[in-house]
Amino acid sequence: MTAHDIALSRRALLAGAGALVIGLHLPEVARAQSARPAGGAAVLAPNAFVRVAADDTVTVLIKHIEFGQGPFTGLTTLVAEEMDADWGQMRAEHAPADVKLYANLLFGVQGTGGSSAIANSFEQMRKAGATARAMLVQAAAEAWKVPAGEITVEAGVLKHPTGKQGRFGEFAGAASKLPVPETVSLKQPANFRLIGREGAVKRLDSADKARGKAQFTIDIHTPGMLTVVVARPPRFGGKMASFDAAETLKVKGVVDVKPIGSGVAVYATGMWPAIKGREALKVSWDESAAEKRGSRELIAEYRALARTPGTVVGKHGDAEAVLAKADTVVEAEFVFPYLAHAPMEPLDGYLEWDGTQALARFGSQFQTTEHATIAAVLGLPQDKVRLETMLAGGSFGRRAQVSQHLAAELAMVAKAIGPNRPVKLVWTREDDLTGGYYRPLFLHKLRGAVKDGKIAAWTDSIVGQSFFLGTPFEAMVVKNGIDSTMVEGANELPYDIADFACEVHTAKVGVPTLWWRSVGHTHTAYAVECFVDELLQAAGLDPVAGRLAMMGKEPRAMGVLKAVAELAKWNGPNSVEGRARGVAVVESFGSFVAQIAEVSLGSDGEPKVHKVWCAVDCGVAVNPDVIRAQMEGGIGFGIGHALYGEITLDAGKPVQTNFDSYRSLRIHEMPAVEVTIIASTEKPTGVGEPGVPPIGPAVANALARLGQVRPRQLPMVGGTV
Amino acid sequence: MAHTFKVNGTTHSVDIDDDTPLLWALRDNLGLTGTKFGCGVAQCGACTVYLDGKPLRSCVTPVSAVAGAEITTIEAISGREAEAVQAAWTAGDVPQCGYCQSGQVMSAVALLKENKKPTDQDIDLAMNGNICRCATYARIRAAIHSAARSLEV
Amino acid sequence: MRPLLLASAAALALGLGGTALTFAQSAPQRRGPPLQDAASFSSIPNQQARSAALFGEIGKVLTHPRCMNCHPATERPRQTDARRLHQPVVVRGKDGHGAPGLECATCHGKQNYDPARMPGDGHWALAPASMAWEGKTLGQICLQLKDQSRNGGRDLAAIVKHVTTDTLVLWGWNPGPGREPAPGTNAQFGALMQAWADSGAACPAS
Repeated sequence: MTAHDIALSRRALLAGAGALVIGLHLPEVARAQSARPAGGAAVLAPNAFVRVAADDTVTVLIKHIEFGQGPFTGLTTLVAEEMDADWGQMRAEHAPADVKLYANLLFGVQGTGGSSAIANSFEQMRKAGATARAMLVQAAAEAWKVPAGEITVEAGVLKHPTGKQGRFGEFAGAASKLPVPETVSLKQPANFRLIGREGAVKRLDSADKARGKAQFTIDIHTPGMLTVVVARPPRFGGKMASFDAAETLKVKGVVDVKPIGSGVAVYATGMWPAIKGREALKVSWDESAAEKRGSRELIAEYRALARTPGTVVGKHGDAEAVLAKADTVVEAEFVFPYLAHAPMEPLDGYLEWDGTQALARFGSQFQTTEHATIAAVLGLPQDKVRLETMLAGGSFGRRAQVSQHLAAELAMVAKAIGPNRPVKLVWTREDDLTGGYYRPLFLHKLRGAVKDGKIAAWTDSIVGQSFFLGTPFEAMVVKNGIDSTMVEGANELPYDIADFACEVHTAKVGVPTLWWRSVGHTHTAYAVECFVDELLQAAGLDPVAGRLAMMGKEPRAMGVLKAVAELAKWNGPNSVEGRARGVAVVESFGSFVAQIAEVSLGSDGEPKVHKVWCAVDCGVAVNPDVIRAQMEGGIGFGIGHALYGEITLDAGKPVQTNFDSYRSLRIHEMPAVEVTIIASTEKPTGVGEPGVPPIGPAVANALARLGQVRPRQLPMVGGTV
Repeated sequence: MAHTFKVNGTTHSVDIDDDTPLLWALRDNLGLTGTKFGCGVAQCGACTVYLDGKPLRSCVTPVSAVAGAEITTIEAISGREAEAVQAAWTAGDVPQCGYCQSGQVMSAVALLKENKKPTDQDIDLAMNGNICRCATYARIRAAIHSAARSLEV
Repeated sequence: MRPLLLASAAALALGLGGTALTFAQSAPQRRGPPLQDAASFSSIPNQQARSAALFGEIGKVLTHPRCMNCHPATERPRQTDARRLHQPVVVRGKDGHGAPGLECATCHGKQNYDPARMPGDGHWALAPASMAWEGKTLGQICLQLKDQSRNGGRDLAAIVKHVTTDTLVLWGWNPGPGREPAPGTNAQFGALMQAWADSGAACPAS
């Protein structure tokens, strides 16, 4: 499965959603809003993305949500590059929900995911910037009565050889009266001054975020606003049977209690009375249809399923025949727990409406479908609903909701209490961790044959849940029993193995699941990269050289593996002074990442990751420092979950309820990270997710050289089943 | 009942339940939203404020416990250490999603006020109570060292 | 890694069921495990044997998680009934109150805050390293407890007074929701300590 196919599956999903429920006319409200002055009062608005103000600021409307991966900075870089603007004059803000103007060009609707923000915007945003530049130049040419071709632009200053010069703001008014050019030429990469240039650009949001000034959804306060928490069923699939709010209504600050589709909503003047009110609420739940199996039972069922024939998702040669005759057969079973995304800002949303029109503000990751969902629940035409995207405190996939459950709940909460009562819905951390939409539990059963110092055969039987099953998108995305996001990274390997087979079983489980930073690669990369390392070890081959010898068809994967080996001065995996090294290389979302981890066993018996070397090839590297940050963050996120993360179900109920039991990586557990970025002229691909997949297996492969077994079940520390 | 305490130099009186965490009094009653909610059980540090100059997790501190105390939030930190830390945070592009960073900055400034030249271990011990799900830890560490260097001058 | 796994599993089991607040409002204050009254040892005729036996009973309290967690052998306290290492990582620091930037008082207030299951006391702190009990036999703990060079210069009377009046010791029987209180009652414990002191403060052999 390639990244291209993933993009296709997401595009199919979202485009399907659009076709199903979304009228594609241009909403008037959104149109008006998209032309709204931004930064200073915008004078020049040549397209949906660029606003030039008289005060010389250039504001870029960002169609992708900013929750840390840097699209504010990245998309603004693309505009500034083609405008030849000065970085100091650039601003960014979220674009409103408007599918016609702001669709993700890979999805067909407005949305963020699949590490696609830069990839789909690269030309679009550069053209937007080049258009603005051309109009400013033309306006200056007319004012100065010189040919446009004689005007140059440097760091936001228009210049003519005669000495005339001026800034963007001076010409924005005149430029706004000019026709928008139909075609513009883009810079040759050799002339880039911002794209790919070290130190040319700093993140636009760092200063505010270091001062507590960034505004998140949870920070919204409006006159008369009610804060809402919802009591939800303790088991997935449970339903509210009845409730008694008498004690809740006695809590000072509680305003009302209403049943809604997902549970019972408590409305209060603030968060604390809402929480206290919910604690006082007596709800009886109908659990007749609830999922009551625990992780232990599910793993046992998956284990049995993995030993039966599944749906073939990749096959060449005859692996079973080779395995049957082989002298050396290695078997391994890997079990992956449910995982929560646990973004620092839990799910939340704000909505105000007066019965005829509505304004929703939240960290919307799929604006088009969420906009449509809110309109549908409120019974309003879409052009009467505005959706403003807010900065969000992380997502890691949690806000990219196939089911639209947050948007639906937000609208239901607003609808239940009626018009002219603005609501802010907030999930607590307990709601977040026990609320489902987890990375699904997965099991891989692998068998491999080693012959003549080579890997001769490979089979992988995968069992897990599809997060599309049971949704309206099932028919579109799950074809012939195959959900590509379950097997990506496992059904085709970058390694030449003559006899290969990969099968999948899709288990039906009533636990809501969702993509989680790097999706299928969260488990396939671990299974594949641990197992290939184990087979190479059995064959007596070096983990780096052994991989390279099998990767002839994958030059970019080879490139990052060679680069990381050089960066780390790779000299074999074996333990030196108690520290061993492990390696892994993974392609995901079109980007190639290789990592080497240096690991020891701490006195407490826990693995300690000291240092990680990382090489990434993501095509043209637009913002090198943002790419480094994403590799660092992806590595930390990956280590935290490989070592400590799991949601365990006990008779269907999540056991972990907060960070005291859902252990999260802390600063002393973060390794030093060194990143090298491969110089490339390939089209840019994503970096938000691809840093995650290699680190778990790299750590496991290091542990194997410290006399440990490669952990067969994650997390490595504290697994409970 | 009414609870009176001083926040960022101004005395406030709010009529809320005794067990209301200071966090929600700050955010919902005083509109000081720089201090964040992350867990409610003192595991993540996003809610860190100062109580009489010392770091305090406001999510587990009831307003009844801060009567007459001086509270300082991210909106009002000042002084050489605060300036150095916030400058280093910006120069090093530490934040990603940014949600935990108020708490990170509060802890880092508190550390530097007590320890002008923290070692990596000092940083671990002071900062490990602040969770960053984006895992910006490597840059947090570098920024604290950088801030410490700038304070030497 | 196996022992760690089991310890974590036990710790996780504590988190079962609802939010912190649910615990606070619905769970009544639990009693700890039973403790025998001092009087029940009076049938042991030999004074030294009786004294040592009394300390055996006292040991049920001293080695209980409520006491042991903050008398660690290392710089790091433990927490929960499963005695897992404290998260976040906190250390004794120069005076038992933690490291600069993350002192005990950063999280622990002057009293328990039950909605968040956060325990507290006016002088929440780790015991000094000289009073580390973790990993020691009861006999060793007994000798250590009596040793004025290690126990803060307390004679037997001062020890009895300390364990019956110190608010942090008393906290062991009022640890808030989600934690098992120390065995018996503090009054029983005080009486056992007094009877042990009165009977010559003998220590168990091991």
